[in-house]
Amino acid sequence: MFAKGTHVRVQDRLIPGHCRTPQYLKGKIGEVIEDTGRWRNPELLAYHKPGLPMARLFRVRFKQADIWGAGYANRIDTLDADLYEHWLERAERPAAQGA
Amino acid sequence: MNPSHSNGSRASGGHHDLGGALLGAIDRHEHPRTLYEMRVDAMLMRLTHPSCGAFRVDALRRAIENYSRLEYEGLPYYDRWIKAVRQLLVEQGILTDSQIDERIEQIRAARDQQRG
Repeated sequence: MFAKGTHVRVQDRLIPGHCRTPQYLKGKIGEVIEDTGRWRNPELLAYHKPGLPMARLFRVRFKQADIWGAGYANRIDTLDADLYEHWLERAERPAAQGA
Repeated sequence: MNPSHSNGSRASGGHHDLGGALLGAIDRHEHPRTLYEMRVDAMLMRLTHPSCGAFRVDALRRAIENYSRLEYEGLPYYDRWIKAVRQLLVEQGILTDSQIDERIEQIRAARDQQRG
């Protein structure tokens, strides 16, 4: 469980088969802005399984500059992504990141 | 997005995982919806509706992601869908490949006869 406001890092790993976590977010740090509840796990549903146990899905807000690098011009642009709990780990706020 | 912002991680996510890939400008031209596209769409909506439940849209995604890069990049959007629909109907034991082929042949023959 991650409370709203928690900084999380998206795990940088590969799994065989269906994966709902986009590559460009792996290893990136964002902030949990919403707990959307528990859902059947699409990584299992994709193979005609019931998708259990249910997986908690968090809405995580990233700064675009944290994703694309310091060259990204607009420092206030953000991106929200829905990510399952088993892809997230607690992290420190990135040093380069402003307020 | 400026190309210099790519985080260069396209390679390991699979050829469907295009976020951040440097693919040039997006073609934003609309084209008229075809009957074929609407039929494929309707078929998928029906098959994945809980009242039918032939398979889930997650399985459709998985089937499409498993295409070779050549197939994935070569097939138009709804061709990717219908190819996956066929595969999943067979996977789920709802239809066999030969049943589908036979029916396609029947429809094709009837159409050709109509056209004379």
